[in-house]
Amino acid sequence: MAGLHAETSLHLAAALDGAGWHPAAWREPDARPGDLLTAGYWAALVAECEDGLLDFATFEDSLSLQSTDPDRPDQRIDQVRGRLDAVLVAARVGPLTRHVGLIPTAIVTHTEPFHLSKAIATLDWVTSGRAGVRVKVSPRQDEAAHFGRRSLSAGPGLVDDLMHEAADYVEVLRRLWDSWEDDAEIRDTAAGKFVDIAKLHYIDFEGRWFRVKGPSITPRPPQGQPVVTALAHSAPGYSLLARSSDVGFVTPHDRSHAAGIVSQVRAAQAAAGRADAPVHIFADLLVYLDDDANRAAARKARLDDLAGGPQASDALAVTGTPAQLADLLLDWRSAGLTGFRLRPAAIPHDLRQVTRGLVPELQRRAAFRSEYRSSSLRGLLGLPKPVNRYAAA
Amino acid sequence: MNQLSATRPLKQVHLAAHFPGVNNTTVWTDPEAGSHIEFSSFAHFAKTAERAKFDFLFLAEGLRLREQNGRIYDLDVMGRPDTFTILAALAAVTDRLGLAGTINSTFNEPYEVARQFATLDHLSGGRAAWNVVTSWDAFTGENFRRGGFLPQDQRYERAKTFLATAFELFDSWTGDEIVADSQSGEFLAAADAGSFAHHDEHFDISGQFNTPRSPQGRPVIFQAGDSDEGREFAASAADAIFTRHATLEAGQAFYADVKDRLASHGRRPDQLLILPAATFVLADTDAEARELAHEIRLQQVSGPTAIAFLEQLWNRDLSGYDPDGPLPEIDPDPGEHIVARGRASVRMHRDPVATAHQWRAKAAAEHLSIRELIIEVTGRQSFVGSASTVASTINDFVQADASDGFILVPHITPGGLDRFADAVVPILQEQGVFRTEYTGTTLREHLGLAPHQPEAARSAARTAS
Repeated sequence: MAGLHAETSLHLAAALDGAGWHPAAWREPDARPGDLLTAGYWAALVAECEDGLLDFATFEDSLSLQSTDPDRPDQRIDQVRGRLDAVLVAARVGPLTRHVGLIPTAIVTHTEPFHLSKAIATLDWVTSGRAGVRVKVSPRQDEAAHFGRRSLSAGPGLVDDLMHEAADYVEVLRRLWDSWEDDAEIRDTAAGKFVDIAKLHYIDFEGRWFRVKGPSITPRPPQGQPVVTALAHSAPGYSLLARSSDVGFVTPHDRSHAAGIVSQVRAAQAAAGRADAPVHIFADLLVYLDDDANRAAARKARLDDLAGGPQASDALAVTGTPAQLADLLLDWRSAGLTGFRLRPAAIPHDLRQVTRGLVPELQRRAAFRSEYRSSSLRGLLGLPKPVNRYAAA
Repeated sequence: MNQLSATRPLKQVHLAAHFPGVNNTTVWTDPEAGSHIEFSSFAHFAKTAERAKFDFLFLAEGLRLREQNGRIYDLDVMGRPDTFTILAALAAVTDRLGLAGTINSTFNEPYEVARQFATLDHLSGGRAAWNVVTSWDAFTGENFRRGGFLPQDQRYERAKTFLATAFELFDSWTGDEIVADSQSGEFLAAADAGSFAHHDEHFDISGQFNTPRSPQGRPVIFQAGDSDEGREFAASAADAIFTRHATLEAGQAFYADVKDRLASHGRRPDQLLILPAATFVLADTDAEARELAHEIRLQQVSGPTAIAFLEQLWNRDLSGYDPDGPLPEIDPDPGEHIVARGRASVRMHRDPVATAHQWRAKAAAEHLSIRELIIEVTGRQSFVGSASTVASTINDFVQADASDGFILVPHITPGGLDRFADAVVPILQEQGVFRTEYTGTTLREHLGLAPHQPEAARSAARTAS
């Protein structure tokens, strides 16, 4: 942990989703709502993130149409509906970028850890070490019905169970990434052996929800283990962050709330025997930014008006200038947060305010990098390459 | 051939590039052999195929490392990327090349696979293809939470149902739902976009599909497999069939058989392409190519590889035998196959004892050692010769209706396609049987397939069922 705290530079990420996080953002004059399903749209957004020297971009996903209802479609036609698979969007923009980390969302409740493990490992190969994944659970009834393999009985224990299952899932991901040692491929022409099978490992995972044999079919990726992230709002989620993640996203509403969440996550880390593991805690913020604070507030009011009411958000909405946001980030950092994931209310406007307004402001205050000094995501985040659990000491 | 060309216009040859596979066809001991996992290898291979105006790039699948005698099989190239992820990345470094992935219907679910293919089709501007394969093997199932292996006789049934379900998902968006009118505030034309419901013994699912209609409507569908069931499956639902290369006569018989099956599914002969996989060896002269072909076979079949192949037929541990010596006197073990696992070729030995007798007779008659025999009976190169010989042979097969083109499998990664692109393709272009520029943007256009219409698909499905 000491390494993460000692840094003077903040870590910054952008959360990309559709036309932005406000439900009416797609109606802004500079939005491109007809292009949301094209490669060019995402390539431009990720290039903007890289121009702004951000640590990484995240890509939202779900296994159902976007909905304001927690369990089923909401029948609305006035908001963006329909999306692309986030892992593939990240892969599509990977070869077009060189430094920025790429973290797609994957729903772990209905997918196969074996498939996701090789997909994220492949993203890491494609980007030479810039891959991560955000694991997300799904208590949604409509998503369960899209797969038809399990019924999720709504109740107080459901989310807790799903979080425990997600922790098992991440354990399988990490074991599979380690199932080939870095030097397993030997190409020994004399012996006729392509690999040293002593350096390939069955993972033999058996848990309450599934068992997976291994090894992976994909060799260990450049980062060893790509960066695992999750978003959490309460104790079961904080426990998942503590047990399983490299970067946790949380949603504090003020600095003391942030300090409380940080201490909960750190306590959960200690309880899970991971007190010394470097785990970043990023606060998520929904941002409406303009050079003039009044203009930002007016824009939010106009968007809310178009949407028929104020936006519901788990993350705190911040309306103001990039300099005001910089003040807030530096203030909240003292609560023990190591970075921030900013959700642009409208794309491209608020994303550009982050990359072209906030970033230069933080650089002036010597609180953000002025160039990329690592080509891997772990390198940007100050996270060491994990030792392979199967490698002989 | 001349008579044929006089009576009808020349057929256009279709060519695809199969990324070298995880098997002994791929020679990793060659000094020119590069990485099988670095993205630069895939990018080089794909760019070569696109430079040569190929129809598409093809990736095979394997979901568990192969084993022999209870150990991971270490003689061949190993390790591969995730199919969807690497194809999406390749869409960034190519512009027209089709991107075909082999995806299993046993260890996946329709909703997820359909959105992955629809996404790949969006992100590539209409270049996605799906080679639908089936599996029944519990060995592979151990890597999956659903276990998911099937009785062998159910695997085609599940595959057919899986594909039909995926078609329903692809067609659940017709293409005009997204209005995105910022003035009126109407993003969707209707709230029920993507609605579907499918209930049968394999899939009981309903709801709304969340990836809107992609440029091709759905990926081009490939079916691999030579069995009667496989042919029937292809005739009912596939756009192209991926098969093994054979002699001209056997190829013509297969071609005629599959094309004849189309009518009973309400389809025309031009709605299904026959594309065998083929290997090639090129040199300045035919004689040099034959010599080179033999050297490559020696690289492909080392002594240990020869013993491993023999064990796969014999179903016994034969590690004590000398590859340069005679074949075993004992017969294969006819029991359950336990020596080699995770390898489709093992299942092709339908009558191991009879095959062993044939191999022994051949070895005795031609004075062949184990290694020499295996070189003879497995994986001889399809096309061997100078560029003009190979170009003529390929064209002859196509014009004689033994195929509609070939899926070429080079033996070196990633440069194994370079010479074919530089030497053979120009000859085919001069002969007027291969494109000099892409004329379309989608893979369906490259393959000469009509655009997919959702309604047409639904009525075709009804006819088929």
